[in-house]
Amino acid sequence: MSERFFPDSMPPPLADTITLPWWQAAALHRLVVQRCTSCEHTRLPPAPVCPECRSADSAWKEVSGRGEVYTYTVVHRPIAAGQTLPYVIAVIALEDAGGVRILSNVVGANPKEIRIGMPVELVWEDMSADLAIPRFRPTQSEMK
Amino acid sequence: MSRSRAHIVGVGESRYARWGKIGDVTEHALACQAIQRAVADAGLSMDDVDGLASFAEDRNEAVFLAAELGLPALRFANMVWLPGGGGGCAAISNASMAVETGQAEVVVVYRSLCQGQFFRFGTGGLDASAPVEPKPPTVQQANSLMLASMGFAIPYGLVMAAAAYALPTRRHMHLYGTTSEQLGRIAVTFREHASRNPRAVMGGRPMTLEDHQASPMIADPHRLFDCCLESDGACAVVVTTAERARDLAKRPVEILASEQGAPKGYAFGHFTNANIADEIYATGGCEQMAGRLWAKAGVGPGDVDVAQIYDHFTGCVLMQIEDYGFCQRGEGGPFIESGALSWHGGSLPTNTHGGSLSEAYIHGLNHVVEGVRSLRRESTSPVENAEVCLVTSGACVPSSAVLLGRK
Repeated sequence: MSERFFPDSMPPPLADTITLPWWQAAALHRLVVQRCTSCEHTRLPPAPVCPECRSADSAWKEVSGRGEVYTYTVVHRPIAAGQTLPYVIAVIALEDAGGVRILSNVVGANPKEIRIGMPVELVWEDMSADLAIPRFRPTQSEMK
Repeated sequence: MSRSRAHIVGVGESRYARWGKIGDVTEHALACQAIQRAVADAGLSMDDVDGLASFAEDRNEAVFLAAELGLPALRFANMVWLPGGGGGCAAISNASMAVETGQAEVVVVYRSLCQGQFFRFGTGGLDASAPVEPKPPTVQQANSLMLASMGFAIPYGLVMAAAAYALPTRRHMHLYGTTSEQLGRIAVTFREHASRNPRAVMGGRPMTLEDHQASPMIADPHRLFDCCLESDGACAVVVTTAERARDLAKRPVEILASEQGAPKGYAFGHFTNANIADEIYATGGCEQMAGRLWAKAGVGPGDVDVAQIYDHFTGCVLMQIEDYGFCQRGEGGPFIESGALSWHGGSLPTNTHGGSLSEAYIHGLNHVVEGVRSLRRESTSPVENAEVCLVTSGACVPSSAVLLGRK
């Protein structure tokens, strides 16, 4: 199991048949985005139709998980028992994902030091054998 | 040209209280009370009402209220899809469409909230003090599109509106140098307005900028006093035809134009969507709609005498002021610092009732009520010679707006 950042009591993801494959990939530590096989437009969260060309054909593309903080908030109220406060919710602009951003957390950093534009990298948090949540931490080389 | 436009002829409300403080009256009974008061304010009888309209997250179905209030015939029962407070003005808009097209003649738009009787907003139904489930966490079945979308927010702890709307506000600060003190000026100004309004929940609680800066951080940059109240209460607005409006009890207010909607790809807005286009990320998402609203009404931001702007959070007020063109993009902070929002001498007197930040949080329908009062010269913070009032509903989610004119 990986390093833990949030307690088991954090609310689990909810998925339907469109979004479940994304979480199944996550369980295997694969961060994927959905790419339209007709026009190459990339999207997240997964959706049944490409909003650009309206094609229903798509494929999963694995991305590196490198990116930068697009915006963030430092939250001082718990939503789950045993949560460490404050915690950081951030929008991460992914580097090789066709311009797609992902909502996540920045972990392993002093919340006071989070900045827009800060380079981050993916870190998986295994919540259980079947559930891994992608979170982000400052790029390690940045910290040296 | 204005002959066929719908008019607002009555407004009313129950008492407003802090969340959970109205326990002796059920939420739907409170809705009935507000509707009856609004109809009486118009000088109409409940027998005249043939339509009811509300907006998302209402628990009080129109069909039951119609039965409880003894409507002789329900001809129009309408619900707006736009999320929560984003739909208030859209419900007014739908009511006006109904009366303008003869679907109904007198439509009452209503909202009632008694959070203590149900659940508190902003918790996602979660209880941080609840014991931990012993079984290991796994992906759960989402039995709605909304929950599947929330699946990409709640595992990261995003369930609170204060955190969701902090994201665009933080980016606005980054791009334009907007400060917490500028946001604080919004809260302080609305509190001043509330202090003059006997209906306001926070009427007796003055606030200084120092108080704002000392209030606890909830979701940076949102301090406690950047967040709207949580209230119990109900209000209602009566919409009818121009013809019917002519000889009723109060001076009618004309609905000059109304608009609703969302930009491309907006979905539920900042609550679940990390991929709102960069050009409109640090905005309230209302710019497109504002352009349509001005074009439709044939007036511009410079013609607005008073505004009632949806204020779930201070940052959302600031971004809407830019969206609607009252100042340039990025200049909302200095605009607010100029004292523009004050009822007394401000260039854009805003939320003269105190808003959701200080009067009550009735999902912004109380902003429509105040818009009507401001044009009738009934506001407790009156704006001299006000002829045109902008009312907005929601921002950073799909939203709506109406432009009201004094007859």
